Amino acid sequence: MQIPFEHRQSAHCETGVAANLLSHYGLDVNEAMAFGIGSGLFFGYLPFIRLNHLPLTTYRITTGGIMKRLTKRLGVKLHMTQFRNPRKAMDALDRKLDEGVPVGCQTGGYWLPYFPQAYRFHFNMHNLVVLGRDGDDYHISDPIFEAPVTCHRRDLVKARFAQGALAPKGKMYFVESMPSAADFPHAIRRGIREVCRTMLKAPVSLIGVKGIRKLARQVEIWPDKFGPEKALLYLGQVIRMQEEIGTGGAGFRFIYAAFLQQAATLMAMPRLQELSAEMTAIGDRWRQFAVSGARNCKGRSRAEDSYPAMAAIIRECADREAALYRELLAVAH
Amino acid sequence: MLKKNVPQDVGLAGPMREVIYAVGQDGAYEAVPSYGWDSKTVALNQAWDLILKELEAVKARVAAGELSPLAWHMTRHQMQPALLAKYARINRWRVKRHLKAGPFSRLKPAVLARYAEALGIPVADLKTVPDAPDLEFTTNRNDDANPL
Repeated sequence: MQIPFEHRQSAHCETGVAANLLSHYGLDVNEAMAFGIGSGLFFGYLPFIRLNHLPLTTYRITTGGIMKRLTKRLGVKLHMTQFRNPRKAMDALDRKLDEGVPVGCQTGGYWLPYFPQAYRFHFNMHNLVVLGRDGDDYHISDPIFEAPVTCHRRDLVKARFAQGALAPKGKMYFVESMPSAADFPHAIRRGIREVCRTMLKAPVSLIGVKGIRKLARQVEIWPDKFGPEKALLYLGQVIRMQEEIGTGGAGFRFIYAAFLQQAATLMAMPRLQELSAEMTAIGDRWRQFAVSGARNCKGRSRAEDSYPAMAAIIRECADREAALYRELLAVAH
Repeated sequence: MLKKNVPQDVGLAGPMREVIYAVGQDGAYEAVPSYGWDSKTVALNQAWDLILKELEAVKARVAAGELSPLAWHMTRHQMQPALLAKYARINRWRVKRHLKAGPFSRLKPAVLARYAEALGIPVADLKTVPDAPDLEFTTNRNDDANPL
């Protein structure tokens, strides 16, 4: 048994799940729009959270936040539950599937057998939609993949009850009710405002534009502080966080640019179109930093790939992003 | 990024494609499938190299009779004692103790079964260290074929 569901591949799991779920219920939302209204864009350099002993750099907001804001701003009612008991969690899922309701789940990507080995790390923020089951085989729309996949019950239980930081605790969610009409312009404005405020006015120096500057400073001092070898590990980690599925930094700048472009058309605000182009240019600079960093890690660095030069690119991104958010705040007010 | 510049470098995930947003010819954004990007693969490689190196080091210490095979399997599954403790529902300090060869060899089958279940492997596998870790990457391309 499988619920008819349009699977659209996405760049990021949470926005993909959000867009696919809402579209299933007839609300025309794509990934970029979900990302924009849900205020997904973010920056945080969080050295006190360690992944494989290296500091965490994130380019998007914590998981669950996008979904929560998106549904709230569009007037969609989402039912969300967590469980202690794995059996009860699976029973609740089965019941909803029997009713023909597609169910979103937060899972630990490490335990999903259809993940390629290269991407199997412990990160507990992977979202997917369960569409039905045949016996113990669950049909899943995992937005990171090109086509729907299947997963055995045993593995799904393990993924839903992955342990460690941000443990999903069997979290599942489904749409309870849809609005009669969604006010997109209003939702878009609110989405934009929140991103700009967080990026410009976060009270902590590790978050937003300040956080980007902090990262630039750190990149500069890593070679002196840790020695060349360890500095490369730190650098590699930032690039991985920036370009990998789920945290992609430059990628998220591009998704946001796509959102601004759609918003420009929807709200007939040509200025947003120009800001979209600037966001694209900023994303390209972030990618340039990744290219330089990767050349360092590969031991093929050129003159323009020195640590101060990379820090300069990051600072440029910080300056340009700050200017963009200030203008965006004025335009979307 | 322009659609025509979206990289298509096959990395560690082989045939899997992921979506990248890029600007098409008409100036509108599109979701473009991409095989991967070398700069990204370098960073991913680095992370895996670190894990493989650590596995080698642990393997040597197991062979020297210092650590238990459990320590190797824990590392293979990218876990630290705290995380393994949570999965196996065994106290953290006991897990740390079981990472040593001596205490591990005296473990009861019931405790071994919990570790095996936590790691998703058969109990028999838990008692030995394989010659090579069962980590397979699908790389369709020679690493030197496309220098950065």
